Amino acid sequence: MVTTLLDARRARHIAAQVPDPELPMLTLADLGVLRDVETTEDGTVVASLTPTYSGCPAMAEMRADVAARLRAAGYPRVEIRTVLDPPWSSDWITQAGRAKLAEHGIAPPGPAPRGGPVPLVLSPTRHTVACPRCGSADTEETSRFAATSCKALWRCRACAEPFEYVKEI
Amino acid sequence: MSDDHVYLTLAEGHEDDTRWAYGTGFEDPLHGVDTTVPDDVDAAALAALCVALGDDALVSAQRLGEWVTRAPELEEEVALANIGLDLLGQARLLYSRAGQTDGTGRDEDAYAYFRDAADFRNVRLAELPNGDFAFTIVRLLVLSSWRLAHFERLASHPDPVLAAIAAKGAKELRYHRQYAAEWAVRLGDGTDESHRRMRRAQEQVAPYLGELFTAFDVRREVVADLKQVTDAAGLPMPVYRPLPGCGREGEHTEHLAPLLAELQGIARAHPEATW
Repeated sequence: MVTTLLDARRARHIAAQVPDPELPMLTLADLGVLRDVETTEDGTVVASLTPTYSGCPAMAEMRADVAARLRAAGYPRVEIRTVLDPPWSSDWITQAGRAKLAEHGIAPPGPAPRGGPVPLVLSPTRHTVACPRCGSADTEETSRFAATSCKALWRCRACAEPFEYVKEI
Repeated sequence: MSDDHVYLTLAEGHEDDTRWAYGTGFEDPLHGVDTTVPDDVDAAALAALCVALGDDALVSAQRLGEWVTRAPELEEEVALANIGLDLLGQARLLYSRAGQTDGTGRDEDAYAYFRDAADFRNVRLAELPNGDFAFTIVRLLVLSSWRLAHFERLASHPDPVLAAIAAKGAKELRYHRQYAAEWAVRLGDGTDESHRRMRRAQEQVAPYLGELFTAFDVRREVVADLKQVTDAAGLPMPVYRPLPGCGREGEHTEHLAPLLAELQGIARAHPEATW
């Protein structure tokens, strides 16, 4: 029993350290996509992952990476489950994850809208995003879509550098 | 990791799997999800709903992808491609759910690549050619408002898998609607030429609006969105002019078959291939 508990903790630690394929400065735990790691009585490790966006092409790779790391760490039986409910939110990016994003020049997200239908808003309600390089709040959005589904493109008027920003969802 | 060749860089470290874009033979996107259908859910009706919503998404994704290398600015190209990618992801989940519930056990590839135009249940608005940027924006505004309103309702559907797909998709669709709405205002309230093109696009979309409301009643929410945008854009509300036929019953325009020919060509020429 003690062995099982220790095993479960070790398995969780290994899965949590797997880097995200598209934001490799973050682990899957930092990103909040690793939902659970359990070990069953027959020693199978069951890791549950949730996709960030429906079309995220990295999902298959995340599954394969977690399974490969766990097998390499001595767990021959690994099962990966997909969890869709509740849907991933940018609020699940950990504090450590946010700090790592900022260190790498990517502005972390603000709080995501919560629950229920969200009305269309056309009035300028721009929230400010601080430049991850110089800290200035004098920034502007250049595109709400960027190289990956989860990011937008911004520009800093103070230091003139473009930067990426993880969108609230 | 080397940066001198972008394709080689993408494939590096994936010796056993060099695929980095969507093709065929991917692992079921609902892998490991509890796929039991609750007793009080009509499985055939659930499957039909998933196919209709999946077809809207797949056909829209294909049209949005056609903008790549053709959009007015790089930012818009990236935006349209990203919106298409979200919709492609939604289609994959919905097709998987359809295959689990319609009794055939088909996978997502069977729905996407091995059905003919008459088997598709998307609304005809989705399959019309892209036209100019104004037409693409007006269509995207209508389709994303409709889909968002519908998904927000489906988030409490008695089938937990469809409810989860819808709750997740709704978050993405808010960004799509916002993008289309902001462009609609910019173009409608822009130059004489951009205004004229938006008016023309509204005329072109008008005959296909009724089809959206045949099966699912979210007319009130969609009209509210459109009213808000057209008021801000200085445009009239689109007037619905009825047109015979219905994409939901497999009656399509002449534009769907060529779209599918391009989408399905490789998978049909090499049915056992994966890429």
